[in-house]
Formats: sequence, C-alpha cells, structure tokens
Amino acid sequence: MTSTDVSFELITALLILGGAVLALIRAVKGPTTYDRVLAVNVFGTKTVIILALLGYIGNRSGFLDIAVLYALVNFLGTVALLRFVESRRFFQ
Amino acid sequence: MSDPVLLINVILLMIAVGAAIAAMWTRDLLGAVMLMGIYSLLLAVEWANLFAMDVSYTEAAVGAGAATILLLTALTRTGTREKAGPNFHPTALLTVIVTGAMLIYGTADMPRFGDPQAPATVNVAPEYIAQNVGKVDAGEDGPENDFGDHVPNAVTAVLASYRGYDTMFETAVIFTAGVCVILILRPLSPSARRETAQSQEGA
Repeated sequence: MTSTDVSFELITALLILGGAVLALIRAVKGPTTYDRVLAVNVFGTKTVIILALLGYIGNRSGFLDIAVLYALVNFLGTVALLRFVESRRFFQ
Repeated sequence: MSDPVLLINVILLMIAVGAAIAAMWTRDLLGAVMLMGIYSLLLAVEWANLFAMDVSYTEAAVGAGAATILLLTALTRTGTREKAGPNFHPTALLTVIVTGAMLIYGTADMPRFGDPQAPATVNVAPEYIAQNVGKVDAGEDGPENDFGDHVPNAVTAVLASYRGYDTMFETAVIFTAGVCVILILRPLSPSARRETAQSQEGA
C-alpha cells in the first residue's frame, strides 16, 4: 500500500465522519421532530458507508453483507419512528 | 495517525460517547430514543470492526431496531416530556463510581489477553477441540452417519451438547419477558385510554 492510498482513505474517512458529526448535531439540536428523524436516517446511511469503507480498507468483503443488513434495520427503525410521530400509538 | 482504521475507530467512539451524553442530557424523550438508536448503530460498527459479527448483528437488530420500537411503545403510555427535576443525583453517581471501581479492581486478577496458560484454555477447551464432546454413541442398531457419531463442528457440539439446557431456559426467560411486555403494552380499553390521555395532559 503506497502513501497516496492511505491519504486518500484518510480523507474519505474524515469526510464521512465529519458528515456523521453534523448529523449528530442536528439530531441533538433539531428544533422539530422531523429534523431528528431525518438526522437518524442520515446517520444510518453513514453507518452503512463507514462499514463499506472499513471493509475496503481492511480488504474484508464480508462487511458489505453487514452493511446491507444495517440498511434494512435502519429502514425499520425510521418507519417505526414515523408511525409513532404520526399517530402517537402503535395498536389502533 | 497513518492507520485509517485506528483513526476511524477513535472518531466513531467519540461520536458514540457524544450521542450517549446527549441522550441523557435531553428532556425530549422522543429525541433521546433516536439518540440511543444512533448510539446502537455506532456500537454495532465497532463490534463489526472487532470481528464480533454475531454481537454486531444482535446490536443492530436489537439495539437499533427492536429496542427503538419497544421504547416508542413505552412512550405511547408515558408521554414524551421528562419531568423537571434535579440534574445531579449524588447517590447515583456514588453507586456508579463504586461499581466501576470494583469492576476495574476485578480485572487485575484476569489472565493476560491470549495467555496460553489461562484457565479457559487449559481445562476443557482441549477436549472440545479434540471432538470428544457431543459424541453420541448410536449403538450397533443406531443410524449411520458420515461424521462418526459426533457433531462435525466444535462450536455446534458445545452448543448442542453442553449448552442445551442453558439455551432451553434462556428461551423460557425470554418467553416470560415477552409475555410481560405484551401484558404491559397491550391495547387499552376505551375507558383506560381516556384516563391515560387525561394524565398525559395533566403532566
């Protein structure tokens, strides 16, 4: 691995993690609930990308499967959150 | 900092600590649930990075998925605002510090990581690896199989032969917990629903 590769991966990681920090700030500050729901959704996407990046850096192809699973779990959580926000109850 | 994985780990854990502190600090319980979801996702990535794939799957499915839904269901009964109260509890802080100090003191007796003379590796592990476990003698009239009457995988052998009762009663505990959750969070009768709505408006 040459030094150019390392710096390229570092820059990618820092950009993605910087986006994650911004999403976290929005989740904490978010004036409305929808800001927070969006922030959680963005964070789930960041998790998928970070896992894919870690798999690329460490050359572990199995990470891609886990990344796909996390995308599914994230979708489930977002749907549950929005249903709660919409009706304030789950059992009609 | 030439190792990108190390840098990613450090930043991920710092974000996780930030999310946990924010979840404790906020008074909006709905926001706290979402922040705990973020925290769970970050921990799941860390577990995956430590090659603990089973723990990682569990953390993502239970921590970010099921626990979020469970907490939201609880919020349908409690309302989404935390009551105003003191932010600092000296007794709780003291309990946490004492418990943490005891746990750290306990690690002094643990064997070094990867120590070949550790008790966990010298007592029964050689038997497990030698495939003596899980060997079920089918007898002369027993069914033929390709594995010489034992389970082909060491982990499966331990799980099936030695931890069978453990797993069975774990299932019983989880079933009991599930029944309790359903009883507490079951759909309310119309009169009880009105009472809950009134108490939420009063709070």
